[in-house]
Amino acid sequence: MPAEPSSETCRAARAALATVAPVPGAPKPDPILVADGVRRAFGGVVAVDVAHVEVQRGSITALIGPNGAGKTTLFNVLSGFDAPDVGQWRFDGHNMSRVAAHRTPSMGMVRTFQLTKSLTKLSVIENMRLGAMHQRGERWWNALFPALWTAQEREVTERADALLRRFKMDHMREEYAGTLSGGQRKLLEMARALMTQPRLVMLDEPMAGVNPVLKQSLNDHIRSLRDDGATVLFVEHDMDMVHDLSDWVIVMAEGAIIAEGTPQQISDNPAVIEAYLGAHQGRAMTAG
Amino acid sequence: MDWGSIFGNAIRAFVGTDAVYFALAAIGLNVQFGYTGLLNFGQAAFMACGAYGLGMTAQYFGVSFWWGLPIGLVYVLVLGLIVGIPTLRLRADYLAIVTIATAEIVRLVVRSVRFKEYFGGSDGINQFSQAYRDLSPFDPSATYGIAPFRFTGYTLSTLLPGWVLVGVVSAFVWSLMRSPWGRVVKAIREDEDAVRSLGKNVYLYKMQSLIIGGVIGMLAGVVFSLDRGSVQPDNYSRDVTFYVLTALVLGGIAKVSGSVVGSMLFWFIFVFVDNVMRELTASGPLKVAGVTVIESTQVGPVAYMLVGLGLMLLMVLRPQGLFGNRKEMTLDAR
Repeated sequence: MPAEPSSETCRAARAALATVAPVPGAPKPDPILVADGVRRAFGGVVAVDVAHVEVQRGSITALIGPNGAGKTTLFNVLSGFDAPDVGQWRFDGHNMSRVAAHRTPSMGMVRTFQLTKSLTKLSVIENMRLGAMHQRGERWWNALFPALWTAQEREVTERADALLRRFKMDHMREEYAGTLSGGQRKLLEMARALMTQPRLVMLDEPMAGVNPVLKQSLNDHIRSLRDDGATVLFVEHDMDMVHDLSDWVIVMAEGAIIAEGTPQQISDNPAVIEAYLGAHQGRAMTAG
Repeated sequence: MDWGSIFGNAIRAFVGTDAVYFALAAIGLNVQFGYTGLLNFGQAAFMACGAYGLGMTAQYFGVSFWWGLPIGLVYVLVLGLIVGIPTLRLRADYLAIVTIATAEIVRLVVRSVRFKEYFGGSDGINQFSQAYRDLSPFDPSATYGIAPFRFTGYTLSTLLPGWVLVGVVSAFVWSLMRSPWGRVVKAIREDEDAVRSLGKNVYLYKMQSLIIGGVIGMLAGVVFSLDRGSVQPDNYSRDVTFYVLTALVLGGIAKVSGSVVGSMLFWFIFVFVDNVMRELTASGPLKVAGVTVIESTQVGPVAYMLVGLGLMLLMVLRPQGLFGNRKEMTLDAR
C-alpha cells in the first residue's frame, strides 16, 4: 500500500496527478520536464526510444523497468552526458538538446550516478563545497587573490555545513570521502548535488548497496526534497521503495515507455507484470 | 676515496642549476599530473618552448633578447592547444600517448636539417645570452660563497634568479591549489564525470591546467638554456620528462614542496652515485675476485640504471614519496 501522504506538498502532488490518465506519455498539468521522440541506439541496439514523456513539477517520479530497459541511458541523455540520435527535450521551458552536461546544473537540473562518484581524496566538506555554483575563486586568475573569494567561500561553507547536519554527516566533515561506507557515499553524493540548488534532482539508483537503516533515512531525505519544492526523478529497482516514495511511476522496457500511473495503478498493470516476468522471452531483447 | 670531493659535488648538485631546472619542470608537471591527473609525458616539449623562444628571438628575430619570454609563452599556448583540443576530451591514457609523441615530433622537427635555418638543426642555437650575462653583478670567472657552496659568478648569474623563480612559482601553485580552482582540478583528478555533473566545465579546467603546467615547464627551459648559453634539441628528449617525473614521485606528488625537494634529492643522489663509481674506477676497472665489475666508461649508464632501481624501491617501500600523504595513497585501493 502507498504510504499516507506525509505532507502538504505530497498531497498537492498526488492531487495534481490524480486527474492524469494512466497511459504511456500522458500529459501532466504542470510538467517540468518534457521529452519528445528521444532515440538512442548503440550500433544496432536501440537502448532508448521514447515517443513522449512528461514529469510533473513538485512530484517524486520513479522510473522503473527490468535490467537493460534503457533507464540509465535515458538519464544520461536528459542530463547531457550522452547525445541522442534524434529527439527534443525541454526542462522548465528551456530546450535542452545540445546543452552540455556541465551547463545543466546552473539551469536547475542535477543528477547523481548509479555507481557513486564520491571524490575520494577530497574531504567530505570539500566535496560539498565543490557543488556550489558560480564560485568566483574557480577562475584561476581570481584564485590567486583570496580577498575576491573568501567571503563567498564562507557562505558556501555555511550552506554545506547546514546540509551536512541535515544529512547527519556533520561528524564526518573532515574525513576523506574515500573512507566512507557505500551508503554514506550515496548520502554525500545526494547532499553534494543539493549544493547546486536544483529544481529537478535526478537520482540514478539511490538505494543500490545501501543498508536498510540508511535506506529509511534516504527515503526521508528524498521526501524532504519535494517538500522543499524540488522535483525528483529517480531510477530504482527496489519496488517497496518505489511504492513507498513515489507519486507517479514511469515504466520502461526495451527502451520504450510501456506504462505510467500511480504506484497502485502500476502494480495492477498487466503490461508491467509481463515486462518484469519476461513474457517476451524468445523475442529479441532490444536494449543493452 | 675522496669523500670530501664526492660530498662537495653532491651538495652542489643539491642546490645547483640542474636542481633548479628540474624543480621548475617538476612543479609544472605536478600541476598537470599531480593535481589534475593529466598524464603529460611531453613536458620536455614545453621546456623546449622556453629554450627555443629565447634562442630564436636572439638569433633570428632581430628583436631584444627579452622578447624571448613572451614568444616562448606563445609557443606554449600553441603547443598546449594543439595537444589539448583533440585529447583532453578523451581518457587520460590518450593524453599520455599523444604528449609523448608530440614531444618527439617537436624535438625531431627542431633538430631536422630541413629547418636548420630556423632552429639551428642538431647543433641548436648558441651564444645568445650575452644580453642576460651583461646584467649579472658577478664576475663570471670568480668564485663566490663558502665551501661546499662555492659557485662561479657565471653559474650564480642563473642560479640565484633561478631559485627566486622556484620560490615565486611555488607560491603561485600553492595559492592556486588552496583556492576553489584547485579544488575543481583535484576533483577532476578523482572523477571528471562527477565534476561535470556539478556544473564545472571540465574540459576548460584541464586545458588551463595543461597550459599553466606547460608555462612553468617553459620557465625550466629558459633557466636551463640561459645557464648553458645554448639551446640543444637533444636536451629535450623523452628521458628528460621521465627523470623529471622521477624527481616528482621521489618528492611526493600533489605537494608543492615535494617537487622542489624531490628535484634537489634526485640530483644529489645522482651525482653522489656517479662520483662514487668514478672514484672506484679512476685507477682502472673495478675488479672483485678477478672479475671486472665496472669500468670507467660504464659509469654513466650504470648511474641511470641505479636511479631506476632506486625509483622501483621507492614505489615499493614508500609509494607516496617523501612528502606525500600515505592516507591519500591508500584510498586508491578501496
